[in-house]
Amino acid sequence: MKLLVCIKQVPDLESRFKPDAAGVWYNETDLAFRMNEYDEYAVEQAVQLREKLGEGTELTVLSIGPDRVVEAIKKALAMGCDNAVHVQDTAVSAKDPWQIASIIAAYARDKGFDLIFTGMQSQDRGSAQVGVTVAEQLGLACTTTIVGFDYADGTVTAKRELEGGIKGVVKLKTPALVTCQLGLNVPRYPTLPNIMKAKRKEITLIPVAELPTAELLATTTSFHPPAKKGGGIVLEGDVGELVDKVIAILKDKTAVLR
Amino acid sequence: MKTLLIGEYREGKLLDSTYELFGFAAQMGADTAMLLVGSDTQLPAYGGTLYLADASACGEYSPDLHKQLILEAVQKENPDYIVFVHSSYGWDLAPRVAASLKVAQVSEVVALVDGGFEVGCCNAKMRRSVKPATSRGVVTIQAGAFPVLQPGGTPMVQKIAAAGGGSLEFVGYEAAEQKDVDLGKAEIIVSAGRGIGKKDNVPVILALAKALGGELGASRPVVDAGWVEHSHQVGTTGQTVSPKLYVACGISGAIQHLAGMKKSDFIIAINKDKDAPIGEIADVLVVADVMQFVPALTAKVSK
Repeated sequence: MKLLVCIKQVPDLESRFKPDAAGVWYNETDLAFRMNEYDEYAVEQAVQLREKLGEGTELTVLSIGPDRVVEAIKKALAMGCDNAVHVQDTAVSAKDPWQIASIIAAYARDKGFDLIFTGMQSQDRGSAQVGVTVAEQLGLACTTTIVGFDYADGTVTAKRELEGGIKGVVKLKTPALVTCQLGLNVPRYPTLPNIMKAKRKEITLIPVAELPTAELLATTTSFHPPAKKGGGIVLEGDVGELVDKVIAILKDKTAVLR
Repeated sequence: MKTLLIGEYREGKLLDSTYELFGFAAQMGADTAMLLVGSDTQLPAYGGTLYLADASACGEYSPDLHKQLILEAVQKENPDYIVFVHSSYGWDLAPRVAASLKVAQVSEVVALVDGGFEVGCCNAKMRRSVKPATSRGVVTIQAGAFPVLQPGGTPMVQKIAAAGGGSLEFVGYEAAEQKDVDLGKAEIIVSAGRGIGKKDNVPVILALAKALGGELGASRPVVDAGWVEHSHQVGTTGQTVSPKLYVACGISGAIQHLAGMKKSDFIIAINKDKDAPIGEIADVLVVADVMQFVPALTAKVSK
């Protein structure tokens, strides 16, 4: 069985974001990058299935981006992926979800993957489009936002997370693609021996120019902070003074303290 | 300008979020038609054209069939935009429709801007303005971003149907877990977010909740990590609350969390990140280390 997991590297979301020179995305200077959190769940689920199926199953991790994404790829390899594909693209952030999905689909089309895992969305762009679009382009069965996963005899049983804590149970036959929601499993931390082992695993490099290019369907015209709605008070300073201020506000504005 | 609005129906009921689609269309100044896979006993209060498919025949979650139905209505209506709510139904179906039509999709729109759409990014800390480069577009709107609008009237129903099995089988719904705490009734809630750092710090937040006479709440990451039970989760997939006082400890303010607590009377947020989106809705944002500030506040409150 052949498995593929697609991952993205994103900045630490606690960072302060500044627009880049073109004003359409963030400036990468001073940002620390890591694996997209949703993708960690996707990798973990793929690795668990790889372990369950054992010999004869191959799990490939794919990421698109500049050289920095190799760090995320190495983490996925240390978590248990067998090999990797790095689609080298320094202009990845200028591409829309349709183009990203087209690159993945172009790579995967003739590889015969039985099951593809992706995160349900990225933490930075958050479009929740790429996984489903890959499935559409490849004609795969697909379900999204899964918080439960089981596989047996060519059938995936997945639990989708719906609003209000309700779940929807679906079955789909492979070849299929699932997009993974937070809480699906508990992503493992790579152990030192596995990090060492991962160094010997193969990373195939594919310059993005070697794959067919799809046209851009949506244009970003601006990247900016949200307009401040105002109204709220921001308190900063010494903890002791902050506590006194908050106590005074609680007494003044709420009936909680008298 | 014309929009085809895709209504939502689940477990035999028309969902209220459907009316936010009309709010969006009104802001666009657009004509509307609606498509619903639902039931003729649950018609929306809307006087326009409604393409209605029977959910008992097509399934409530059967993306292949729903896509077919939407494509059929698109052919008839020739809309400029096909609009969904950005929900587990909408974000699942919209990309399938966009891919079939090979048109731009703009996800989770929060507002309209000149000739395009405003969407959140970077965990709601930043915004992008996006314009479709195609003549037609698919849009999903953020739940709660546009006003609820009931146009009123009785729809002109055009029945549609789709055949075939589809590529997946819907087995059924699984009810939400039993709640051991009904946060909806709590007057004071003190919630723990990822910013508390580790499970061992949960008692510190619980101590403040107790000192204030309130209940413990939690954000999704804290529940996913197993630090706090799911029954305490506040947000879209947990409980929706509106207490007199909501204290958010180390919660950055993902939209799914904000949707569950923004109707609280008074919100105090404690976060070391001054730019955290929780600051947008908090009455008071205390910029501090949660684990230093909360114990100090608890001590003073307990006196």
